[in-house]
Amino acid sequence: MDILSLKNISFQNILANISLNVPQNSFITLSGPSGSGKSTILKICARMLTQSTGELIFEGEDAAKIPVDKYRMQVSYCFQQPVLFGDTVADNLDFPFEIRKEPVKRQHEIELLERVNLSSSYLEKPIADLSGGEKQRVALIRNLMFKPKVLLLDEVTAGLDADNKKIVHMLISSYRKSGGTVIAVTHDTDELRQAEQIIHIEEGRIIEQ
Amino acid sequence: MNNSVHVNNLSLTYAAVLVIVALIISNRQKLKLESDMIVSVIRAIVQLTIVGYVLKYIFSLNNILVTAAMILIIIFNAARNAANRGKGIPKLFWPSFISILTSTSITLLGLVLSGAIKFIPSQIIPISGMIASNSMVAIGLCYKQMKTKFHDEHQRIEEKLALGAQPFQACANIVQTCVKTGMQPTIDSAKTYGIVSLPGMMSGLIFAGVDPVFAIKYQIMVVFMLLSATSLASVCSSYIAYRRFFNDEFQIIID
Repeated sequence: MDILSLKNISFQNILANISLNVPQNSFITLSGPSGSGKSTILKICARMLTQSTGELIFEGEDAAKIPVDKYRMQVSYCFQQPVLFGDTVADNLDFPFEIRKEPVKRQHEIELLERVNLSSSYLEKPIADLSGGEKQRVALIRNLMFKPKVLLLDEVTAGLDADNKKIVHMLISSYRKSGGTVIAVTHDTDELRQAEQIIHIEEGRIIEQ
Repeated sequence: MNNSVHVNNLSLTYAAVLVIVALIISNRQKLKLESDMIVSVIRAIVQLTIVGYVLKYIFSLNNILVTAAMILIIIFNAARNAANRGKGIPKLFWPSFISILTSTSITLLGLVLSGAIKFIPSQIIPISGMIASNSMVAIGLCYKQMKTKFHDEHQRIEEKLALGAQPFQACANIVQTCVKTGMQPTIDSAKTYGIVSLPGMMSGLIFAGVDPVFAIKYQIMVVFMLLSATSLASVCSSYIAYRRFFNDEFQIIID
């Protein structure tokens, strides 16, 4: 079953007639030159942008009919260069609980931190003291705190060193093993190798699937 | 002995020399404010003269509907000015109008019910003007701060929206900062009353020959009044205006 489908999606003069089916638990990568519209596709999937024409289908239902906040809790977009908010790592990891009006599960936060090789002491660490790689790892587990159904990764490993990349890849891999679906914009050869489907985009059109 | 001040037309003309001081400074410092200054002085003279005669008429009329209409005109003008200070944020007139209407009516109600002032035009209209004007300044500060914050924290807000936050959850800290910014000048001024400045209401009464000990009572009332007014105006305007930065799809529409 397709968890997400794009039907004849166009966006301004950036995308033209994009149709794409994303099966559940799949790993799809979008590749292509910069400015080709890859990130725009991801943002439309996350409803961070709204298509000019066409339809976005989530679990067989028109996505527009699902309240957008509830939708984004299930289809989670990760930025290439994430910005953390608040003062500490805990402020970031608590946020998904706050917006759901649920009590913070500290143990769950610590488990996720440990999965990306960060100790529990990081919870109280000021975000200003984190390296770029650590920020990306914190941002990713912030997205995964409530295990969304689809994870949209916008070049999340670009600019990371080999160790950080490895940790991120392991996290993505364990997310997939637990049934998650990934759509990633990437130039990374490892990620392209892991992908079940590579979609090549040029000038806002799908050239090759 | 009566020490009250009687300003006649001749002394006003002499006092106008002070404007020349400001013009000279602007000219020497190449501030290019001369034409602005002349326009503002002319506007002030014309507007105040007109309002002087209008108030004289309204006071003598002592009609509740005319008084209410005058208050609404004050609020309308204040709202228009406040909305202009948020240039770049669309549709700000109504949030400003509702905010100033709320702050003015609640504060006035408090003052009338407490017996501090009477519902007569000579008391209600000047007090409404003070409340609306301070609310207008507070709202202007809120809008300015909001524009800056939304611009600086654009991605941070988007990150929160991407996690499933609703617009208010994504910018609650900004709204809070804006309310604080709107209220801060009133709080700061109140701290220095008496030691740095002798504020308007008190100075006016002393000028008019009223006993300073009696005048401070009115000034204290003004402190209470302005704190209430600016906090209400800041809260209302910030809580309404932040929505202007988002569309129905919870996307930021203004950078």
